Amino acid sequence: MSPRTVVIGVGNPLRGDDAAGVAVAERLRDRVPPGVEVVACAEEPSRLMEAWGDAETVVLVDTVASGAPPGTLHRFEAGDAPVPARAFRSSTHAIGLAETIELARALGRLPKRVLVYGIEGGGFATGEGLSPPVEDAVVAAAGIVLAGLEEERCTSAP
Amino acid sequence: MPERRTIVTDYLARVEGEGAMTVRLDGDRVEHVELRIFEPPRFFEAFLRGRSFLEAPDITARICGICPVAYQTSAVNALESLCGVEVPEPIRLLRRLLYCGEWIESHALHVYMLHAPDFLGYESAIELARDAPAAVERGLALKRTGNEVMTLVGGREIHPINVRVGGFYRVPTRRELRALVEPLERAREAALETVRWTAEFDFPERTVDCDLVALAQPGEYAIERGRIRSSGGLDLAPAEYEEHFEELHVERSNALQSQLRGGGTYLCGPLARYTLGSQELSPLALGAAAEAGLGAECRDPFRSIVVRSVELVHACDEALRLIEAYEEPDRPAEPVEPVAGTGYGVSEAPRGLLYHRYRLDAEGTILEAKIVPPTSQNQLAIEDDLRDVVGRNSALEDDALRALCEQTIRNYDPCISCATHFLALEVERR
Repeated sequence: MSPRTVVIGVGNPLRGDDAAGVAVAERLRDRVPPGVEVVACAEEPSRLMEAWGDAETVVLVDTVASGAPPGTLHRFEAGDAPVPARAFRSSTHAIGLAETIELARALGRLPKRVLVYGIEGGGFATGEGLSPPVEDAVVAAAGIVLAGLEEERCTSAP
Repeated sequence: MPERRTIVTDYLARVEGEGAMTVRLDGDRVEHVELRIFEPPRFFEAFLRGRSFLEAPDITARICGICPVAYQTSAVNALESLCGVEVPEPIRLLRRLLYCGEWIESHALHVYMLHAPDFLGYESAIELARDAPAAVERGLALKRTGNEVMTLVGGREIHPINVRVGGFYRVPTRRELRALVEPLERAREAALETVRWTAEFDFPERTVDCDLVALAQPGEYAIERGRIRSSGGLDLAPAEYEEHFEELHVERSNALQSQLRGGGTYLCGPLARYTLGSQELSPLALGAAAEAGLGAECRDPFRSIVVRSVELVHACDEALRLIEAYEEPDRPAEPVEPVAGTGYGVSEAPRGLLYHRYRLDAEGTILEAKIVPPTSQNQLAIEDDLRDVVGRNSALEDDALRALCEQTIRNYDPCISCATHFLALEVERR
């Protein structure tokens, strides 16, 4: 049985700030409430869809390149409306997060609630390591995601 | 229409990875065609220097999320040949099985998610999924089976970590592999359906005349090993590659473009493999090819989607055969002692020939690494094709011309995550 909530960090650890989503997943791995699954993922449609399976809620964290200052945290609800596709183009795969969400929507495979956190990246050159503002944003984003999960657990507890 | 026009598109979607393309037209005359490529392999060549030779398969597997097995395989081929180790047959066949998983995964992704929408008049796989969800689900299921093979044999599907110099860290049991039979049988049916599906697409008649280059191995459709053959008559050991092929540095690009020494564009990948070796396909794949109207050769880049589909059938069929024949090796890996010198390795990545060369010292430290991915080998051929396509279709409106250019590029499935940065398409008319 799929867990009710899945958190997926998306990114490429070898492309500078593109690793932010994966870094958030790593931070959350041992800290999420019971019943929440954490996955680090190279974004790519069938894998993402498999990762969330039939979960009711999915939280996706990815790097974005929208032109905002590096480290800016964006938040989108994608359960009912598409996320701005242009922002999620920093990936090394042409089928990015936004397209994956829309593909799943077209196939009827999108969880009821889809929360997308985008961390504005600064550099995507080949190499390991996050830039300082993005490193800070990873810590902040992990905290916000965790708080949201805790809150949800409290409100939905029997 | 003004005589000189500029069309700019800042993004070319549905090419695996990222890259940039500029086409400049002066009236009907094509002034300039350029595919700009940024190459992580260059970064990895530097990154490999000073590392132990045992790290090469793990490090190079991270160059590309789509074809890590290809990088691992060419790396271990180069290093094992230098160190005088020939892996036992069960190990080789297990590597071939792993590689089949990668072909299935990569081809399913390209055929369904990236390429088919072009033929069916859709912007992307998303629109295709709205109208034909069953087809897209079939593609995703095929791809998933490829992933399953890679996870079971390779350890992890995106960057498999199980391949090592000398063999594997751990080999699966016969029983474990049996779990793949049912999904692969379903995938084989889906692959046959894929051939029938793509064979019905409309194809503009096109032929590429350049040399075709692929590996050849008697009795096998060459994947994880072979000699380098060309339609022009070359028949080379991996160590002879650089005597016959050279890389040219391109101004305004990080990229190196390959050509035959002394000039000459060539193409590697599915069209080359099929044209030079279709007789080695499994009977089922050959039958599917014949039913789809493919002859013994195919030089039509648009029909590469049918060839990829036929290779999907072959990869599923071959994977099932390998599982059936699998015998657990006595040990997962042969001991390998480093040897000072230079080793050469090749294999057939889903997109074509992948060449590696490593120079080691006596302790096994990598002194120099050279990696030539298929996309940089195909770059000149892609540009030639684009020049021709644009020249013949310069009367088209900008949008239509841009779409045609994009499709022309996608015909070659350039793996731009291993060969390029952001893919932007600029069509300038002046």
